[in-house]
Amino acid sequence: MSGFRLADGGRIDRRTKRTFSFDGKASWGYAGDSLASALLAQGQMLFGRSFKYHRPRGILGAGVEEPNALVTVDRGPGRVTPNLRAPSVALHDGLAATSQNRFPSLRFDMVALNDQFGAFFPAGFYNKTFMWPRAAWEKVYEPIIRRLAGLGDSPTTRDPDHYDATYAHCETLVVGAGPAGIAAALEAAANGGRVFLLDEQDEIGGGALSDPAQWAWLAEASAKLAAMDNVTVLSRTTAIGHYHQNFVVAAERLTDHLPVDAAHGPREKLWRIRAGEVVLAMGAIERPLVFEGNDVPGVMLASAARTFALRYGVAVGRKLVVMAVHDSGWRDALALHAAGVPITAIVDLRRDIAPELAEAARDARIACYPGYAVTKVSGRLAVDGVSIALAGVGKGLKLDCDAVLMAGGWTPTVHLWSHAKGSLRWDENWGAFLPDKTHEDLRCVGACAGAWDFGSGLSVGLLPAPKPLHESKAFVDFQNDVKARDIGLAVQEGFRSIEHIKRYTTNGMATDQGKTSNLNGLQIASGVLSRPVTEIGLTTFRPPYTPQSFGAMLGHHKEALFQPLRKTVIDDWADIQGAVYENVAQWRRARYFPQGSEDMDAAVARECRAVRSAVGVFDASTLGKIEVVGPDAAEFLNRMYTNPWKSLEPGRCRYGLLLGEHGFIIDDGVSARLAPDRFHLTTTTGGAARVLGMMEDYLQTEWSDLNVWLTSTTEQWSVIAVQGPKARRVIAPLVEGIDLSPEAFPHMAVREGQICGVETRLFRVSFTGELGFEVNVPAEHGRMVWDAIWAEGQKHGVTPYGTETMHVLRAEKGFIIVGQDTDGTVTPDDAGLGWAVGKKKPDFVGKRSLARPDIVAPGRKQLVGLLTEDPQMVLEEGAQIVADPNQAVPMTMIGHVTSSYHSATLGRSIAMALVAGGRDRMGDTLHIPMPGKTISAKVVAPMFYDPEGSRLNG
Amino acid sequence: MLLIHCPYCEEARPEVEFVYGGEAHIARPIDPSAFSDAEWEKLLYIRSNPRGRHHERWRHTHGCGRFFNAVRDTVTDVFETTYKAGEARK
Repeated sequence: MSGFRLADGGRIDRRTKRTFSFDGKASWGYAGDSLASALLAQGQMLFGRSFKYHRPRGILGAGVEEPNALVTVDRGPGRVTPNLRAPSVALHDGLAATSQNRFPSLRFDMVALNDQFGAFFPAGFYNKTFMWPRAAWEKVYEPIIRRLAGLGDSPTTRDPDHYDATYAHCETLVVGAGPAGIAAALEAAANGGRVFLLDEQDEIGGGALSDPAQWAWLAEASAKLAAMDNVTVLSRTTAIGHYHQNFVVAAERLTDHLPVDAAHGPREKLWRIRAGEVVLAMGAIERPLVFEGNDVPGVMLASAARTFALRYGVAVGRKLVVMAVHDSGWRDALALHAAGVPITAIVDLRRDIAPELAEAARDARIACYPGYAVTKVSGRLAVDGVSIALAGVGKGLKLDCDAVLMAGGWTPTVHLWSHAKGSLRWDENWGAFLPDKTHEDLRCVGACAGAWDFGSGLSVGLLPAPKPLHESKAFVDFQNDVKARDIGLAVQEGFRSIEHIKRYTTNGMATDQGKTSNLNGLQIASGVLSRPVTEIGLTTFRPPYTPQSFGAMLGHHKEALFQPLRKTVIDDWADIQGAVYENVAQWRRARYFPQGSEDMDAAVARECRAVRSAVGVFDASTLGKIEVVGPDAAEFLNRMYTNPWKSLEPGRCRYGLLLGEHGFIIDDGVSARLAPDRFHLTTTTGGAARVLGMMEDYLQTEWSDLNVWLTSTTEQWSVIAVQGPKARRVIAPLVEGIDLSPEAFPHMAVREGQICGVETRLFRVSFTGELGFEVNVPAEHGRMVWDAIWAEGQKHGVTPYGTETMHVLRAEKGFIIVGQDTDGTVTPDDAGLGWAVGKKKPDFVGKRSLARPDIVAPGRKQLVGLLTEDPQMVLEEGAQIVADPNQAVPMTMIGHVTSSYHSATLGRSIAMALVAGGRDRMGDTLHIPMPGKTISAKVVAPMFYDPEGSRLNG
Repeated sequence: MLLIHCPYCEEARPEVEFVYGGEAHIARPIDPSAFSDAEWEKLLYIRSNPRGRHHERWRHTHGCGRFFNAVRDTVTDVFETTYKAGEARK
């Protein structure tokens, strides 16, 4: 217990108390406190346990860079957020926070024994410790690591909150509302343009919030900004990424700072802002120093102690020692002293200290140790002293203290600058990378631009120490528990690139993304490699700047709004009938229509029998449809499809096969010629947009001389498939103006006329092998015509069927489904569709590729049928096929099952498969190894029912 | 998100309205059968993949629907220019 509330000072409201709990224990603070400042004021030094070693950890920083004090905040069921940084959690009444990663309690952690066996987790421990035996990974290693390591617990219930999202446009966007950002915003606003000023903290001011001398100016500037109509100031808003052309994404936290019962409306709001100019005023983050015991609770950044004292009125200890390599540590020490925080000593690795600083410290009766370094911190749950030594190795002495402040220099926050692909240059004076060049209308101001007078210092992260590096417990990345010696080990094991060292040691890979560790890690690697920092490079900054909720990313795009669900006009009818649906592309399609207690197999068997013996109706409206019109329509299709189209007479249909230029099947469908200059194309349900895009591409860019228009008509037509021996009898009473007799209206013909008094394009086509019609009517009449067909069908035992039955019926006939029986590597010949390729055509899309050596080579996978030896055994789609089931593992796989069903019509299972050299294996028995058994099947032609096609005539 | 200037609409519009169409100025030959296997392979699959200036096709799919060409720097993603299909390489 060493921190305490100062008698006065700070921006907190001492008249308004706030009560909260930490680890279930009631506590209190003031309005304006953060969770961290309130707990420090109560003497709390221990905030969490570390990731790997479960070492006790306290507060390091006062902002978003905090790596240690991660807490879980519980705002009720489904509203539990892990890994929040205590300094960034605003205090409110009823706040319930718990520490993380401790077992069973924060003060007593059993897993901390790990720390005694530190060799258990050296750099690259995942890579080398748990390589074998493989089986042990799942059962032994992973459960242990999961118990030991990790940061917080993921929420397990659904998030009940709503998240808002919006777009904004402005002339100037300023990120960061410290003095530099506010000045930039005021300057831009004076020009009259729209200005956005974003800041991640609860109030604007940035560094000025920790400097009472600037408060009067800050109040005045805030009021000025608030009064300007063209300025939007967003606090609690983190700019998380800069994307192309000054597109900045920012997350605004709307309710987490309020008591639960006062939180109304969306929890967060994601801003997508396009700005003419972006000004980055993101400040700089102080660097810790790397020395033995630098992670003991009570060792923190000097700037953090200053913020806690001057902004929150909290002293972090009663006897503070400052360990500095930089002037800013002296300035902070003097400011703390002035605020009533007892500083007992300043230790500085530098022998020469600026005279005015040394003098001021002397006047403040602060003991100074120039040329010294801290070599050890004593205390486990809290600091109780430090050892210092001249140059880290000389004669030492001990200092009594309860907190150690580190001043290791400053790292400009160049994250968003780097997102924008702005280049960086190494600056010796800063010992850090500063912004250099960018192609965006983007600039940095203030500390993140290096434009801040904060004195000078050494760019040294690792302090000299009496112990060799490999024996020290000096931490670089506090959140991921990476020590300086881990980086040394990585280099010793041969890693040279900082990107590799980072991944091997995990330095900078925790939720803070190395805000306090990257530069120190880089400098240590540079030292061990004896190469300048600039040759080692810097790891890449990636969005988001700080961890964000999935909710904010998702915004409104959840549940019904996650993605559009397309429904046909007959969908409601299917719903009333109790259809079970499946999603096909973005369409919702009826899969089957169970009656009573039927399962899918029973329903599909009944639907199949009905189509084969009487008549079935099927909603085929989702089929892609393209109207191709113009004097060159036939020429165009002739070039696109493999089939000949010029010879197709009006009133006739043709099965069209579409290849990519690479020669592989990409779509198919039956299309009709309605007039010399007009075609009605159909495509697969999922391929409609892709096919139209491809055709537009050829038409616009290769054959712009052709006079053809393409129009998507998918949603203009409802398509009702009436299939089965009684199909003609069902539609006959409803159709006018079309002679339905087989002579006048043969298979693969199309007629225009009327049905139920509305226009129809009536196709006589069959995807079932039965007599069939596809009734196309304008979508607005689809439901009416469907109802009429349904009513008329009652006389003939009509049965509605879904996509599953459609699949079985077509498989019985060996009709392929593109994307199921093909996979983008299947040619027409592979699929047994060589007949659909116009032999006399000089050219079509994909033709040249059909003559490529690999395409004509023997042994390609070909589509065949499979009949299992056990007729009731239904193969699994995707199952691999082998020729010899007794060969050694790994076996040579010669193909896979593409379609497999139980056929009620045949009373047995059927399957289609792609098998190497399949057509030469007719009659052979192949084998399908499955867990616990091997299934044998005979290779047959992929045509299981009515090969003569006699049933097409009813 | 990129802003892309459609040379037909004569407006800069957000990237989500567009679809990328691969390298530009690779014309489909009048008579592919005259190509050797090696030449055809090159035409089908081999792309320049430069670091820097890249001529590429885009389609304003959720706009005017037209294909056009663009010069984009593959390092910075900056569009140097966009121009209508059929115009000479820039």
